[in-house]
Amino acid sequence: MRFQGVEKTYTGARGTFRALKGVSFDIQPGEFFGLLGPNGAGKTTLISVLAGLTRPTAGSVTVMGHDVQRDAAAARKALGIVPQELVFDPFFSVRETLRIQSGYFGVRHNDAWIDELLSELGLADKAHANMRQLSGGMKRRVLVAQALVHRPPVIVLDEPTAGVDVELRQTLWAFIARLNREGHTVLLTTHYLEEAEALCHRIGMLRQGELVALNRTAELLAGSASTMLRFKTDQALPPALAPLARVTGRIVQLKARDAAEVEQQLATLRAAGVRVEDLEIGRADLEDVFLEIMQGGTPAAAAQAVAA
Amino acid sequence: MIRLAGARTLFYKEILRFWKVAFQTVAAPVLTAVMYLLIFGHVLEDRVQVFQGVGYTSFLIPGLVMMSVLQNSFANSSSSLIQSKITGNLVFLLVSPLSHWAWFVAYVGASVVRGLVVGLGVFLVTVWFAPPAFAQPGWILVFAVLGAGMLGALGLIAGLWAEKFDQMAAFQNFIIMPMTFLSGVFYSVHSLPGVWQQASHLNPFFYMIDGFRRGFFGHSDVSPWLSLAVVGGSFVVVSALALRLLRTGYKLRP
Repeated sequence: MRFQGVEKTYTGARGTFRALKGVSFDIQPGEFFGLLGPNGAGKTTLISVLAGLTRPTAGSVTVMGHDVQRDAAAARKALGIVPQELVFDPFFSVRETLRIQSGYFGVRHNDAWIDELLSELGLADKAHANMRQLSGGMKRRVLVAQALVHRPPVIVLDEPTAGVDVELRQTLWAFIARLNREGHTVLLTTHYLEEAEALCHRIGMLRQGELVALNRTAELLAGSASTMLRFKTDQALPPALAPLARVTGRIVQLKARDAAEVEQQLATLRAAGVRVEDLEIGRADLEDVFLEIMQGGTPAAAAQAVAA
Repeated sequence: MIRLAGARTLFYKEILRFWKVAFQTVAAPVLTAVMYLLIFGHVLEDRVQVFQGVGYTSFLIPGLVMMSVLQNSFANSSSSLIQSKITGNLVFLLVSPLSHWAWFVAYVGASVVRGLVVGLGVFLVTVWFAPPAFAQPGWILVFAVLGAGMLGALGLIAGLWAEKFDQMAAFQNFIIMPMTFLSGVFYSVHSLPGVWQQASHLNPFFYMIDGFRRGFFGHSDVSPWLSLAVVGGSFVVVSALALRLLRTGYKLRP
């Protein structure tokens, strides 16, 4: 997949909005690529351009050498898109839905593969159920099966695990990881950064329509060389530390350059009489790198990669 | 080959869609048409005679059949598209490699089938009210298929254009309904005052109904060949517009 200078400007009643401001990068065959960014960064717009659901204002996208605009049919045949919205056609059963989707791609008599998809995704006992009767998680599984029904070499998942229970997440990732090992290219957008860290070979980060980081996952993590002090507390932090901390419920995370700074932070906490539980010192994870980049910092590893 | 299979699947899906709710999409319009026949036929049977030797009920039946064909062909493509757009499941088609021709053939083809099924249903029920005549059956088939095709294509255009159900209702109530009712379903346009007669001749729906009726009675207000030219021409124009909208991705691929 090759994105070249992709721009998208929406013109509406309330003026223009530049959703994508010239995004360029490549995804290699067989790669598991993660596209991260906060809501409104342009991830879904980029995927819509890739899928031919919207036209870019400028730039081009090719999939396996096929331009998604000029050679749309060939490009679309290579793609399996799992849309973000939980959409379904209420007229049909699960099996009918999959047979119909298969037929759109010109693949008929596809029941052996449909059966395999149903069993891999835990849908075998729902094959004859109407789409309306399925729970949200089950509908999500059908969306994944629909995207894979024509055996596309490239799989695109737009936040497939949003609002999905742990079991499905595990099933889904085991299956997608297997397909990736078998040679399918995977493009994933997600809000769950631990998923991206665990699965993706390479990561691109979008912020306000611009690619602000692009590197191998390991290098992105290494590039943010900071140490993290994590602990739990019920008390308020002292004023010297409060603005630097990332607080999630009871969990507090403080970034430190080195051991000396960690010691200093602990001393400040002790002086303020803050009771600390479950203290641990670790390396920054993808979430820390992500926040650093989104707040405008550019860790060396990310900046180099985009410049290159 | 692949394209053919794709179009065939979409056509089959569209047929399955209306067939699964046939009570609403087939039985209900048949009942509506029978109500019209019962009421207008009963009230006007002794007061109106349009063609020599043809009772009003007999005259009315082909008009009602054709009206049902036209309205249901329009309803099929338009409601399928607007529902898919609003519920979002049109994305499954948009990510597929189907060409604009495949979309057109499938949506319009399924609309023709729905129109003809309903038309046949209306006809079969109304046979009990007056013995049918088939003076020139070829015209019946030609005008039924062409009319259904044109309304199917028109429904496709309306479905692409409308973004909300009320816009679709406006299209139906302010364009399709007046054109159907002012086309001579319930009367011969010869019974209208001069100005309205002239106006009716500008309405392509008039030619569909007039040509269709010709097949039953061998009489018509204008030559069936003129009707064929007008209806065929309208079908080509409407189809060309529908195909153009599909090809350019009008409101589908912003």
